[in-house]
Amino acid sequence: MPEFFHRKLERSAIGFVLAIIAAASVGGIVEIAPLFTIDETVEEAPDMRVYTPLELSGRNIYVREGCYACHSQMIRTLRDEVERYGPYSLAVESQYDRPMLWGSKRTGPDLARVGGKYSDFWHVAHLINPRDVVPESNMPAYAFLARNRLRTDDLSGHLRAQRALGVPYTDEMIENAGRDAYGQAAPDSAAAPGVTERYGPATTVSAFDGVATQLTEMDALVAYLQVLGRLTDAAYRDTAAPEEAPDPAE
Amino acid sequence: MAVNERDPVTGRETTGHEWNGIKELDTPVPRGVLMFLILTHIWAIAWWFFVPAWPIGTTYTKGLLGVDQQTTVEARIIEGQSERAPWADRVASEPYDSILADEGLMQTVRSAGDQLFGDNCAACHGRDARGRAGYPDLTDDDWLWGGEPETIEQTLRLGINAAHPESRIAQMPAFGRDQMLERTQVRDVAAYVFALSNPDYSTEETIDRIEAGREVFATSCAACHGDNAEGMAEIGAPNLADDRWVYGGDMETIIASVHGGRQGHMPTWDERMTDAEIRTLSLYVHDLAARQP
Repeated sequence: MPEFFHRKLERSAIGFVLAIIAAASVGGIVEIAPLFTIDETVEEAPDMRVYTPLELSGRNIYVREGCYACHSQMIRTLRDEVERYGPYSLAVESQYDRPMLWGSKRTGPDLARVGGKYSDFWHVAHLINPRDVVPESNMPAYAFLARNRLRTDDLSGHLRAQRALGVPYTDEMIENAGRDAYGQAAPDSAAAPGVTERYGPATTVSAFDGVATQLTEMDALVAYLQVLGRLTDAAYRDTAAPEEAPDPAE
Repeated sequence: MAVNERDPVTGRETTGHEWNGIKELDTPVPRGVLMFLILTHIWAIAWWFFVPAWPIGTTYTKGLLGVDQQTTVEARIIEGQSERAPWADRVASEPYDSILADEGLMQTVRSAGDQLFGDNCAACHGRDARGRAGYPDLTDDDWLWGGEPETIEQTLRLGINAAHPESRIAQMPAFGRDQMLERTQVRDVAAYVFALSNPDYSTEETIDRIEAGREVFATSCAACHGDNAEGMAEIGAPNLADDRWVYGGDMETIIASVHGGRQGHMPTWDERMTDAEIRTLSLYVHDLAARQP
């Protein structure tokens, strides 16, 4: 009987196509569709902030240089990973990551919580030549980032595209994108206060590459690396990981 | 195309396809493979009942075993914490003096500290803790903020020029760039500082510059580095009279430091580590230096 059924199905072109589509969509129906209906798949994080324009530029450079090919941004629910890298990654932490950069390969370490772990000075030295600070490193050198001026004229467009994908950038943020990118890397400039005003007081305003007078791709990438894992403290609140919750009132 | 054609040799039906006279037998899947396939399907269906599997509207089947990645890893972490508790609790609560006196406990501190140091500190201070330009050597007896476990713990918790609200703050002003000193004064004071650790440098030729530098030092530098240039651990001002340097002790680097200033950065580890981990590292780093000949 089953043999007969399959024989018949194989001989009906349209019927067979429909059967393939039905079989292939099971994965999507079971794994993707529920994400839209089951609320607990994405945690609540009211303190979650969006990337600043400078951090978003850094993120674009991270994508452009293919950093995700060797670095993941996903701490898995495994004891050794939590003990080494910190609380496991939550879905909400990637809420504004479009596209997500979880990665699937670690030639280098996971970067999900690298923000604040090292100094800006270290990141710049490390990107210029990784061997200068980690002798056994096999990471390529990215010295040219410190020489490339950062393009800011198209930043409003990048923010608008992110908004179209659901990231809550305001009109004011979009309008001031270029200015904010400059201000975040020039702490003493007139553009600096606007950054913390729009993106929150916890936003780091710093001459990331050590030179406040010129905005480079190095500024952007270091600003991005320094914010990884710090857009929300949800992971510190919701898990039994050994780290204590950072207290902003402290 | 003949359907239901039977092959006379094997007695099996053919698929009905023919390529240049060659026909394909419609042989069924071997019984063993088929049984295996059926068993795995049964296993899969049974598994749906044991672990979280199917979405239903706004929720999903949780499974009879009640397993969940997050609670599993949290249980494993707590398990790890209780494995470490016999010594970690002691490190977290006992005074440093009594821990240092307990050789058995210190051996555990050394091996756990070595792991923690490798994961967190080695990127800047080096795997051997000897530092490099810009990152202090932790194995010597020269400390910016003090080398007792208590002061190391403070440095680890608060950081230096870090994001912590009570961060240790230390800044060497840019005396040259910000025009607090003339070019010649920068040169003179660098000569004076260089001569402190290089007595041979003081010759008849250079003595005038060194003496001029001494005066500049007394008015501009002594407030932080002390009258005899031996530094002040309370404010993280380095000792300039010895031959240990954070950024480098050659003339060019000294001039660069006076001209452009310095502001090192040590991150805060308060949020990243538990009390026991911070105290383990404080003991480890203190012990590194204490063990040096």
